[in-house]
Amino acid sequence: MALDSIREILDEAHASGTSFWEVVLQADMEERQVTREASMAKMLTTWMAMEEAADAYTGTRKSVSGLVGGDGMKMRQYNFRGEALSGGYVSEVIAEALSMAESNACMRRIVACPTAGACGVMPAVMLPLVKNYDIKQRQILEALYVASGVGIVIAKKACIAGASGGCQAEIGTASGMAAAALVKLRGGSDETAAHAVAMALSNLMGLVCDPIAGLVEVPCVKRNVIGAVNAVSAADMAMAGIESFVPVDEVIEAMGEVGRHMPVEYRETALGGLANTPTGRAVKDSMRRL
Amino acid sequence: MDLFDILGPIMVGPSSSHTAGAARIGNMARTLLGTTPRRAAIHLHGSFAETGLGHGTDLAIIGGLLGMKPDDLRIPFALEEAEKEGLEYTLDAVDLRDAHPNTALIELWGDGDAHLVVQACSIGGGAIEVHMLDGIEVFFTGDHNTLVIRNQDEFGTLAAVTTILNQLHINVGNMSVHRDRRGGDALMVLETDQHLKPSQVQFLRELPGVISITYFDKEVETYGT
Repeated sequence: MALDSIREILDEAHASGTSFWEVVLQADMEERQVTREASMAKMLTTWMAMEEAADAYTGTRKSVSGLVGGDGMKMRQYNFRGEALSGGYVSEVIAEALSMAESNACMRRIVACPTAGACGVMPAVMLPLVKNYDIKQRQILEALYVASGVGIVIAKKACIAGASGGCQAEIGTASGMAAAALVKLRGGSDETAAHAVAMALSNLMGLVCDPIAGLVEVPCVKRNVIGAVNAVSAADMAMAGIESFVPVDEVIEAMGEVGRHMPVEYRETALGGLANTPTGRAVKDSMRRL
Repeated sequence: MDLFDILGPIMVGPSSSHTAGAARIGNMARTLLGTTPRRAAIHLHGSFAETGLGHGTDLAIIGGLLGMKPDDLRIPFALEEAEKEGLEYTLDAVDLRDAHPNTALIELWGDGDAHLVVQACSIGGGAIEVHMLDGIEVFFTGDHNTLVIRNQDEFGTLAAVTTILNQLHINVGNMSVHRDRRGGDALMVLETDQHLKPSQVQFLRELPGVISITYFDKEVETYGT
């Protein structure tokens, strides 16, 4: 089936007596004409690439422009000293989000999710959880199918590119995907995951894309942190039984509408927001260009 | 768009359009040249020229010309690799009218008299479009197996190619024909569902009226294997 809305996937799962992740897997087999095993092998490869990308972080690299690098390690060291206000899992999430997004800016290998600029969000919430809890590989794959199903729906109903809908479409979408994955990993129901997606997207709605000098560095690296932490809070609210007042598909459509109405200055053009501050303009003027 | 366009691609950062797509453009140009490139004149347009150096667009295109895929960890070191492999290059900004903001115009020289001018753009998420080949307007994406056939613009060549593909049980998903003027050089672009073997490509190459053929095999996923 085509993954056109979250409600349709939930209904299909209910009708066929399966679950959300299974419907997404079936859709992938149909779309790409591959076997169940081939689809799951590719998903596993994707997960392994995320793990490898995290392991490869050293904190010693700088981006080509020199604007970012090393903050993930700073956060890690602060966590080790036991000083983090958030502490425990959440402080690890922050460190991982910074590290992965920096790896991207430093031309390391990452998994775009849904975009390269937002690549830190999903691994940031998943890796510390998988490390600290007894989670089976099968559960990880199921969570990744749930998350990518959510991402597909958002891409179809709204948008996932900063140039189309601002940062809410990139970090916001990543956050919604991550929230769904967390609920799945914690054993929540598919309906609960849908509420988590709705709340994650609602809470980042309107976020603009304003990269300094047009580079995927400032504020993108740190925006991965808000995407990840927002996913944790949305998943926790949903697991506590808190529901989104507006149904998830309506939230996604609203996000798309906000994106369409967003002035072009706030859609990756580096003409507005932080990019248009005196500091941002100074960086742009000093950039090496052809 | 499939699932792994959302959870993926696996790529070297920082930008799917300015880095991953740029590497694919370089790779596509290398394939279309049909031999190892020795010299490249790379002209970047629009956002590629404005922010390309900050995004490693130059490194990605040169890496692609050297045969690197978007997930190749050598991309940041592409300039050193180019020196090692003896690829000379020049890089500058160009203003192409009406072109997509992320466009590269690449002129390539290879062994012998191999020469190619290709214009391609990166449209986001690592996807690319080829818009111009040797001055002839074309359109293809590299999302399928792609045969690019240069032929004399005369009767029968098109029919011969499709007849043979039919006999080889190779289904053509998309096909387009382009030429600069009647009776001159023409280009056929065929996107096929099945992979072609080198011997099958060679067979097509020997058809009367065919001047040259390059074949782009849909990107095989190499990561994790």
